[in-house]
Amino acid sequence: MNRIDETFRELKNKRAALMPYLPLGYPSINISRELIRVAQEAGADVLELGIPFSDPLADGPVVQHATQVALQNGMTLKKCLEMVQDARANGVTIPLVLMGYYNPLLQYDLKKFARDAFEAGADGVIVPDLPMEEAEELQNAAHSQDLHVVFLAAPTSSEERLKKITKATRGFLYLVSLTGVTGARNGLAEGLEDFVTRTRAVTDKPLCVGFGISSAEHARRVAQFADGVIVGSALVAKFGEASNAAKNARAFIQELAAAVR
Amino acid sequence: MSKGRFGKFGGQYVPETLMPALAELEQAYADARADTEFHREFQELLKKFVGRPTPLYFAKRLTEVCGGAKIYFKREDLAHTGAHKINNALGQGLLAKRMNKTRIVAETGAGQHGVATAATCAMLGLGCVVYMGTDDIARQQPNVFRMKLLGAEVREVNAGSRTLKDAINEALRDWVTNVRTTHYLLGSALGPHPYPTMVREFQSVIGREAKQQILDAEGKMPTTLIACVGGGSNSIGLFDAFRDDEVEFIGVEAGGHGIESGKHAARFAERGVGVLHGTYTYLLQSEDGQVRETHSISAGLDYPAVGPEHAEFFETERAGYTYATDEEALDAFQKISHYEGIIPALESAHAVAEVLKRAPEMKRDEIVIVNLSGRGDKDLQTVMKEISDL
Repeated sequence: MNRIDETFRELKNKRAALMPYLPLGYPSINISRELIRVAQEAGADVLELGIPFSDPLADGPVVQHATQVALQNGMTLKKCLEMVQDARANGVTIPLVLMGYYNPLLQYDLKKFARDAFEAGADGVIVPDLPMEEAEELQNAAHSQDLHVVFLAAPTSSEERLKKITKATRGFLYLVSLTGVTGARNGLAEGLEDFVTRTRAVTDKPLCVGFGISSAEHARRVAQFADGVIVGSALVAKFGEASNAAKNARAFIQELAAAVR
Repeated sequence: MSKGRFGKFGGQYVPETLMPALAELEQAYADARADTEFHREFQELLKKFVGRPTPLYFAKRLTEVCGGAKIYFKREDLAHTGAHKINNALGQGLLAKRMNKTRIVAETGAGQHGVATAATCAMLGLGCVVYMGTDDIARQQPNVFRMKLLGAEVREVNAGSRTLKDAINEALRDWVTNVRTTHYLLGSALGPHPYPTMVREFQSVIGREAKQQILDAEGKMPTTLIACVGGGSNSIGLFDAFRDDEVEFIGVEAGGHGIESGKHAARFAERGVGVLHGTYTYLLQSEDGQVRETHSISAGLDYPAVGPEHAEFFETERAGYTYATDEEALDAFQKISHYEGIIPALESAHAVAEVLKRAPEMKRDEIVIVNLSGRGDKDLQTVMKEISDL
């Protein structure tokens, strides 16, 4: 059974999953490797691992900066997969979901990517610039490997689209909390709970909310109506100096983990 | 395969948030196309606001100097705001009104699309934000000032290569955020469906006019059409009306410092294919799929991807693609100024550079139409730095 499915089955009717996002290769390749382990120890239930891309058009300034630094550090998709493999060899057992834009996957070759990602120990992949209409080739490649393709739903998605997206997604559905790019916000998006309710009406799959979740308080509130809470930019912004990144990330993830419990 | 394909190219590779907006745009455009009132208003404004039809001008002295084919210029440089960009800005501006969008965002490289959009928004009473790379702001100062005069807010994009590509990223981020009130007025025949088709159709007035004008002037079809290709809207606009005719199409990309230097924007010279800004097309990229930085003396051609229909034209060999280097474009810029009394945009000078190579090899009864897509006032600052011996 896919680790993502196992985790959500285990947590069902208990609590929401905490799902931090880490941009791979940031602030350095070595620290990034350490952060995966730290996140698990600090209470992450599922980890999203960002594959850097030169033109991250769904991301706000924090993740843009992190991916630029990662690319300067020499990060590639191949190295991302090696980091997943390392993590598995070093006792990381939680589900690992790769998140990256389509072009690097396409250049790597989708079949090869699916095979290598699965063999490295990844459980799923999220591609923010790949709507379901364009995803068939990736789905075919990934699903022949028990690698889940996770789709995103947006507040602008119609009910008809929500039905199709929830049907297409595997593992969970990624609900984009707001119309906008990734990045910390002061408050939660208006109508977020309604959006989750509206989606809940058309699917039994786990609903995980991301974009703009910035604090333990946000996480606590979202955990009351969603199955997973995704925190990216706010976590990355907490890293501070590279030498403190592991310590600061651990503290913030622990705080978030307490909030969803 | 999704909709909006040109052969295998094109598509809609965008975040889910934008998919409903693209569907809304597609529907609104289909409704507008079928609405005679929309056409009437568009044609009326093309005539009275833009100043169409633009002339087809016989370049007598340049023809004599080349000593081969007769050279004609389609004078898009004489369109209001100084380039072909206004045709599309106007069409999409009217469409935005139909969709009850009150705010427009746009990207600009050379500033021509930004100025055209700002002028359209001023005329239609729409709010306007234009994203422009830091490097392009530095080299196109007059256009930045014009946009501001026209009431637009120019937002600087200091990320990545600080040029057109990054301005598009930022415009897309704005659109994702404000999608309910905002129309993204994309300036070239690229991006996700329906943009490549819609922009081509708004620009196809160039070729329709040129076809009638050459038949009036010469009583026959041209042998060859030449246009520069950045995203590809002026070229596709010229080519479209001739697509079923036996007329050769030549697209000229930016050769920058030369292909071997790696500093260029000649997508078809390197033959990589990938996805950027919502479309599957020819793309300059690293082995790892990262989009490469490009170089061209002309901001409007300085872009790593190309409109998907051009990718299809390249694969099916309906059009041939070549490039002109910075140096060749500068040389052409001076020659046409000197021989014809026309100062072209540096972008258009790339197309002129190609006709200078090609016309001497052609017969005297053959005809070439070059799309003079824009005027060169905006480039004087750049050119003054490059030319010291006038």
